[in-house]
Amino acid sequence: MSLNRRDFLGRTAALATTTSLIPMAALATSDSIKLGSILDSSGPFDAYGKPMDQAMRLAVSEINAAGGLLGRMIDVTAYDTQSDMALYSQYGQQLTRQDKVDVVHGGILSASREAIRQTMRKSKTLYFYNVLYEGGVCDRNIFINGVTPAQQVEALVPYAMKNSGKKVYILAADYNYGQITARWIQKFVAENGGEVVGTDFFPLDVSDFGSTIAKVQTAAPDLVIAPLVGGAHLSFFRQWAAAGMKDKIALASTTLGVGNEHKVLTAAEGNGIMCAYNYSQELDTPENAAFKEKWAAMYDGDQSMHEIAVSHYHGIMTWAEGVRQAGSLKRDAIIDALETGISIMGPGGKVTVDPKTHHAVLDVHLMEMRDQQMKVIETLPQRQPVDTQAVCDLSANPDDNTQYEIEI
Amino acid sequence: MDLGFVIFIEMLYAVASLVLISAGLAVVFGMMKVINLAHGEFMMLGGYATITAVGLGVNVFVAMLVIAPLIVGLIGLIVERLVIRHLYGRLVDTMLATWGLSLVFIGLATMIFGNTTTGISTPIPGFTVGNYQINGYNFFIIVVAIVLVIAMLAVLKGTRAGLIARGTMQRADMAAALGYSPDRIYMATFFCGAALSGLAGAVLAPLVGLVPTSGGAYIAKAFITVIAGGPSLIAGLISSATSFGLVSQIFTFTISPVIGEVALLVAAVILLRLMPQGITGRFFKGKL
Repeated sequence: MSLNRRDFLGRTAALATTTSLIPMAALATSDSIKLGSILDSSGPFDAYGKPMDQAMRLAVSEINAAGGLLGRMIDVTAYDTQSDMALYSQYGQQLTRQDKVDVVHGGILSASREAIRQTMRKSKTLYFYNVLYEGGVCDRNIFINGVTPAQQVEALVPYAMKNSGKKVYILAADYNYGQITARWIQKFVAENGGEVVGTDFFPLDVSDFGSTIAKVQTAAPDLVIAPLVGGAHLSFFRQWAAAGMKDKIALASTTLGVGNEHKVLTAAEGNGIMCAYNYSQELDTPENAAFKEKWAAMYDGDQSMHEIAVSHYHGIMTWAEGVRQAGSLKRDAIIDALETGISIMGPGGKVTVDPKTHHAVLDVHLMEMRDQQMKVIETLPQRQPVDTQAVCDLSANPDDNTQYEIEI
Repeated sequence: MDLGFVIFIEMLYAVASLVLISAGLAVVFGMMKVINLAHGEFMMLGGYATITAVGLGVNVFVAMLVIAPLIVGLIGLIVERLVIRHLYGRLVDTMLATWGLSLVFIGLATMIFGNTTTGISTPIPGFTVGNYQINGYNFFIIVVAIVLVIAMLAVLKGTRAGLIARGTMQRADMAAALGYSPDRIYMATFFCGAALSGLAGAVLAPLVGLVPTSGGAYIAKAFITVIAGGPSLIAGLISSATSFGLVSQIFTFTISPVIGEVALLVAAVILLRLMPQGITGRFFKGKL
């Protein structure tokens, strides 16, 4: 390789700039803790993302008001991915390489989580995914505190079948969440002595369900379970009600209400739909009352908190507790601290880190929509993520990096 | 029997919605030869016009059938005066200009209405056919599509204005020699095309969740329907909407909605391979 004078000068200059950057970067991190946020705060998924962003800012302002973590303030670096999966990889790289954040909280759809999970793992950036999902992710670098199918579907299916009947039709979103959740539903329906008479998948931009509603009727199920996702799929619930199906066939969903859809639908469209989540605004606990008050105070009386916004809040509080107990911002120290089984009390109840799977042990509430509210019918306390526990053991196998899928 | 009727209605509905989606483009592209890539955005604006008007307390049918077409027609008029009229006869240039317009409309709608899904409930209740329930709104869409086709036929064939418009589209110089102003006629025709797009967007709005980028979902279907229809305006529109509507619904019912969409595209490719001039390039020749 030959080296001329111009090359030499160029490289020396580049070297000089990079070395001079290092102390500056170190200085910046010693000032504040950098929390990276990556959420769809606009576009078809903004009903999920906007309140998540609000929850994140609320959690951070609470922590900062109490003196920060390790005597340092938290500084938020937030990116809006505009409901575009391609932007996740781009901003994920930016957060880890350019902003060099200490932790990343975010991702909504499972597709978006998988788009950035490996980036976080490779750059050894601690990653929290705080959304209910299809389960099975086994990766020591990620912590997940949304409900999984064993916590949610296992509770919802027998409850919904008891209120309707044995024949079930599944309408699911056509990507990994919908596909895997549909298989879990099939499993639990079979275990409860029922029968799945049909399963259909819909791409996220499908908004015309007319022929599907006719097709469902030909199968004449007792119950429709709908893990549908996003703004376009919301029209299913409208068209279902518009066709007058509401009083004929019972309807349950694993996602409706997660983005406060029950407030977008009219009471007539939503009444009677069954679901099971970790959080409802109607939960009658002192933690929830205090949380709603703080939210209203910060956002001018707004009350848009929902299931995954609260999960997100739990996730940030869990991370903060991990940092406090670790007494350090080093990734491995925080992971070790979290793996001692840290618990926090949040608006959705007690949330405990499960050391084996990095998932969460939490309360699940069976609910029914009534007059644009989610009435809590029954609470199932402290449910384990048994689906992921069956396949994932990070204490025995810390290098695992797989999303396990259920087989039927 | 009941099922047969339900499927028949769903098919009619699929055909009707294709006719609605494509009618505005059939006028602008089929008649005027302007490749309007902002067609989907005209529809999106029609949807927003409806939702805004309903929010202001206007009766939903007035909002859909009167206000939305008028507003979108006026927007079309402004666009025609400012941009399109300089580009008649320059096919590729209109494509580029209208694509830019579509980006502008998406940006403006995002600024005004926000990038959030909005919608209104369907104003017509469902009803029962034997053991089945049907969305009553489907009938409304079918009726609107039928009335629309009859009205277009009546105007183009039965009135002097329609005759002049058709003549001008064929030979603008001859029309000018006979004392008509092609400039005015083009302007009026574009207004009608835009208004039709606005009407379609308005009528379909209660069925979908509307976002500023919603137009993208319609544009491909609209162009496929108009191109496969061929040179005759109305005969082409009906024949291609019918073929595609039937194909997509048959596959939707027998397999799945995804395969239904795929089948529509495959059918379009095969159809254009067999009949490059469109359906009316071979059948119904010389019909309007």
